[in-house]
Amino acid sequence: MKRTALALFSALSLATAAHAVEYTQVQPDKSQITFAYQQMGVAMQGAFKKFTGQLRFDPAAPAAAKSTIEVELASVDTGSSEGDTEVATKTWFDTKAFPRARFESSSVKALGGNKYEVAGKLTIKGKTLDVVVPATFAAQGKTGVFEGRLTIRRGDFSIGEGAWKAFDIVANDVVIQFRLTAAAQ
Amino acid sequence: MTTHYTTTAKTLHWGIAALIFGLLGLGFYMTGLPLSPNKLQLYSWHKWAGVSVFLLASIRLAWRATHRPPALPQHMGPLERLAAHAGHHLLYVLMFAIPLSGWLMSSAKGFQTVWFGVLPIPDLLDKDKALGDWLQTVHMGLNFTLVAVLLGHVGAALKHHFIDKDDVLTRMLARRA
Repeated sequence: MKRTALALFSALSLATAAHAVEYTQVQPDKSQITFAYQQMGVAMQGAFKKFTGQLRFDPAAPAAAKSTIEVELASVDTGSSEGDTEVATKTWFDTKAFPRARFESSSVKALGGNKYEVAGKLTIKGKTLDVVVPATFAAQGKTGVFEGRLTIRRGDFSIGEGAWKAFDIVANDVVIQFRLTAAAQ
Repeated sequence: MTTHYTTTAKTLHWGIAALIFGLLGLGFYMTGLPLSPNKLQLYSWHKWAGVSVFLLASIRLAWRATHRPPALPQHMGPLERLAAHAGHHLLYVLMFAIPLSGWLMSSAKGFQTVWFGVLPIPDLLDKDKALGDWLQTVHMGLNFTLVAVLLGHVGAALKHHFIDKDDVLTRMLARRA
């Protein structure tokens, strides 16, 4: 009886293995979302400490993949506490009214190799724009690592209004970089 | 006999003096400002000017090492001579130590210095908040020292001119035709 159960279990495991692995749950502790921009010619770096992500990605069927990432904007780390306080205010993220930024994929295109192109909608501060994110995928044991970068213009999302609206001090281009680790199911 | 400093020495002296007074005023003013584009701009200008002082001070030190300045007036006693030399040495040390401490502070606070927004000065230190705060205290302490030494320097120059009536101040000014 025990032996039959074991055999059955092994057969099932094999079947699962033969069926492609699907990566679903983003592990925030093994993932990073950072951003980079220029401030009067000085390269600046920042990060978001809190975010969640749901995804379905099967390397065998990338076109069926879906992903949703939500970032807690108040968890921003600009590198100085003065900066963290400032970007939470109305002129920047207005985190009271818009606590989260959201990316939702609409289609995924395999570009060959480990390269993909993820099209979707990015919502920050109540504004939604279509974006295309080039990304790579690498299986690492029982997890999969997705990496990519996307350049947005902060002006498109009204991030930095009023006195900050000009781009001579804080540049318009912001490069968002991500490295998301997701567990396989 | 040389009665005047060289034109190069004078230019460096007054150029650096103007920059230092500007930097001191700007430094004490900008730190109290709330975060704004204006504040970030002033910080950048302060850092650019600070790097400039460091470079000009390097040229000045090289010039000083290769050109003998006019001798101190005969009437000065040993204690006055000692005070004059100590004050000048301290000014030279501070002209280097203050920009260095500012640059290191910027590195430790995670804000790289890019001279005139074009030439990046490498970060010697990794980002470290505690070290950054400590270097800020050092930078400020050195500047308070500088203000004290400058008061002595300007006071001594005026004393030489108005009380001793010697040429210590005038030989650093433009020659009269």
